[in-house]
Amino acid sequence: MSNNEQRVRKIVAEQLGVNESEIKNESSFVNDLGADSLDTVELVMALEEEFGVEIPDEDAEKITTVQQALDYVNAHSK
Amino acid sequence: MTKRRVVVTGLGAVTPVGNGVAATWQNIVAGKSGITRITRFDASALASQIAGEVKDFDATQYIPAKDARRMDRFIHLGMAAGIEAFKDSGIEVTEANADRIGVCVSSGIGGLPSIEETQNEYLAGGPRKISPFFIAGTIINMISGNLSIMFGLRGPNFAVVSACTTGTHSIGEAMRMIQYGDADVMVAGGAESTVCPLAVGGFAASRALSTRNDDPATASRPWDKDRDGFVLGEGAGVLVLEEYEHAKARGARIYAEVAGYGMSADAYHITAPNMDGPKRSMLNAMRDAGVGASDVQYVNAHGTSTPLGDKNESDAIKAAFGDHAKKLVVNSTKSMTGHLLGGAGGIESLFSVLAIHNQISPPTINIFEQDPECDLDYCANTARDMRIDVAMNNNFGFGGTNGTLVFRKV
Repeated sequence: MSNNEQRVRKIVAEQLGVNESEIKNESSFVNDLGADSLDTVELVMALEEEFGVEIPDEDAEKITTVQQALDYVNAHSK
Repeated sequence: MTKRRVVVTGLGAVTPVGNGVAATWQNIVAGKSGITRITRFDASALASQIAGEVKDFDATQYIPAKDARRMDRFIHLGMAAGIEAFKDSGIEVTEANADRIGVCVSSGIGGLPSIEETQNEYLAGGPRKISPFFIAGTIINMISGNLSIMFGLRGPNFAVVSACTTGTHSIGEAMRMIQYGDADVMVAGGAESTVCPLAVGGFAASRALSTRNDDPATASRPWDKDRDGFVLGEGAGVLVLEEYEHAKARGARIYAEVAGYGMSADAYHITAPNMDGPKRSMLNAMRDAGVGASDVQYVNAHGTSTPLGDKNESDAIKAAFGDHAKKLVVNSTKSMTGHLLGGAGGIESLFSVLAIHNQISPPTINIFEQDPECDLDYCANTARDMRIDVAMNNNFGFGGTNGTLVFRKV
């Protein structure tokens, strides 16, 4: 597992209050991990903080799964 | 209309002297101070550097970590006390009774520490740094809201705001809800947690706080001649109020009856006290309870340890009770807890109820030399076993708002 992947999974676990063992890369925040719309806003803020990136709202809307979050930070983090 | 009777069937508390009712009450009767130097933040630049902080409190024992992270500490403390009280009552929520159970657990100030932090994040990082849970985590009715969600309580749900009278007004208004028939059970009380730079600094700027920083445990000294202001405290006190027949029918333990509720305004000054307002508040509560001055044995006073306020309240008690004032025990538990602001009416109503339940007055500690201008029986320094049929709790707040509750042995 890549370093970025570990960091993303850790943030998702903390933000959504789920065990890391329940998190799969294909997990959907809303459908699989019990997030509501405000949870996902806060999750994106935590990803911004952790990876030092700014995620515009139009990109944030497209991040709905763990894999999409990982792809985004892999592409944009410094 | 015959008023429905209201009784207390559950108690919950988180205070500077203990987490939970049992630990709190044991330390209150033993006369232990909960005041220390401030540990929550660096207070070295402030005139007052002492407070009654709640110690060793873990919010996640009561609230899932994910939810707790999004709530200000006053909500944690209020929920912890509310959960303890509701469990203590033994009420089981069913589809049949859920609509008849409400919540009014309030706060005088709300989530000021989180407001401070969020402002700092905003200044450093702009509006994108504001959490989507910021508002819901700081507004004053969110103890009531979160308790209703946790237990499925679908009756009246609100909070009352009246500075340091908040907790007393919350319990009084909840009592009225039951009397009027809007609910059969109300979870009611107050919570506060503002040990943060803006609150300590703000009260210090208004010259309300004790500056006895070198001796925190004796800083809150109501009616002592060297009192020099109140000590900020944090915590929560919650009662479960229940309609009497409802409580009897399910065999509930009844701690005491909430017999009367009175209010008044000074219509005088934003912060300075006035004798007439508190006097009328006490008289209104006694009239509502149908008791005379001579029926009352115990008063849990507002007694904050300010030079003006303590003398004013003593004089107001004399005006309200006449000759009987000298026979009362007038007790300030703030000598041990400090002043919980909106939480004060919650814990002090709870202490009044426990004074009746246990037939004992807690002490007013730190009376080293009683102010000769304050000449009532303050139960100085040692608890006293005594007969208490009727107890009164007073709280007064900025704006000149007064509230009094009368509790009676059942």
